[in-house]
Amino acid sequence: MNTGNTKVMNRFDITSRLIAKLQHEEAVIGGIGNTNFDLWAAGHRPQNFYMLGSMGLAFPIALGVALAQPDRRVFALEGDGSLLMQLGALSTIAALKPKNLIMIVMDNGIYQITGAQPTPAAGVADIVAIATGSGLANSAWAADEEDFERLVEEAMSASEPSLIAVRIDDKPGVGTTRRDPVQIRERFMHGLGVREPL
Amino acid sequence: MAIAEQQAQGTSDRSWHGIVLQTLKRNEISLIPYVPDRVLTPLIKNLHANPFFTTFATAREEEAVGIVSGAWMGGRRGAVLMQTSGFATLANVLASLAVPYQIPLIMFVSERGTLGEFNYGQSLVCRTMRPVLDSLALEHHTITRLDELEFIADRSIKQAVTTQAPVALILNPLLTGGKVFDQ
Repeated sequence: MNTGNTKVMNRFDITSRLIAKLQHEEAVIGGIGNTNFDLWAAGHRPQNFYMLGSMGLAFPIALGVALAQPDRRVFALEGDGSLLMQLGALSTIAALKPKNLIMIVMDNGIYQITGAQPTPAAGVADIVAIATGSGLANSAWAADEEDFERLVEEAMSASEPSLIAVRIDDKPGVGTTRRDPVQIRERFMHGLGVREPL
Repeated sequence: MAIAEQQAQGTSDRSWHGIVLQTLKRNEISLIPYVPDRVLTPLIKNLHANPFFTTFATAREEEAVGIVSGAWMGGRRGAVLMQTSGFATLANVLASLAVPYQIPLIMFVSERGTLGEFNYGQSLVCRTMRPVLDSLALEHHTITRLDELEFIADRSIKQAVTTQAPVALILNPLLTGGKVFDQ
């Protein structure tokens, strides 16, 4: 893995730094498990969507939002184990080139939530190399927190989809998302301006 | 030539695929991710050729379900095209995304595995489809007749949207001609 120069960061800290940068009602899709737990813990926003299943679909769901609302930036937060389930989605996104889609991969090399078992990719595969090879040229490892913030800022005005990979520690999520799928979906649609509250 | 074959090869709007395309358009369904199938080829080709639609292949069917689910929440309607064997990969995403989040997922499934199937695996996987749909109490219709296609498709799409529930429209070989051994 070509990640030797990247600092091991923390998912909740990185997620909080991302949320602090959002000023234009950007959509954020949180992948299954710790990824959306930390999105929830960073402070609920109406434009947040939390996955309670369908492992691996954070990027496809975000792609759908990005295609529906091309003028809104759409972030997707996904774990490395989840991404491994749906690597083909990277090529789909590369082919469609939605410039408003920004993918963030939280890579700790383990299935933390199920008992910290290593993923098959741990120690052998490079997420950014996979993304680049899938056609996503604008993919990079964040070297540290400041570099992550810089990459997010660049992605905000990029002319093609962006992928930012972050090495993270083995800590669990800080909070637990309230598991009410209909409420999550309805609030998200309100947040995107698709529906008005009753 | 069998009626079904004439329908499958026709290019007029009254072919099965012409009716599906027009019904999608009338219901403002413009995002069409698919995993291809031989029988669906004329529909896919005509969708690609029509600028109203954003039509593209995905690597897996569940990826396509994720895409149209996100699009729905963002205010754009979509539908997924697949084959029977592709539907068999969807139980988890149906049970953990489309159904619990109440998303009107519209699926068109080209039915293989029956009425002249030559691949044993296809005939077996076909038998899993309706039990999976029934186990989640999902609305599904098997369309066998050209004269019923527009009614079933149009009403089912409208019902999916208004009741916020998924629907599977199964395109039977009696409608499409299906795939036979020499093709």
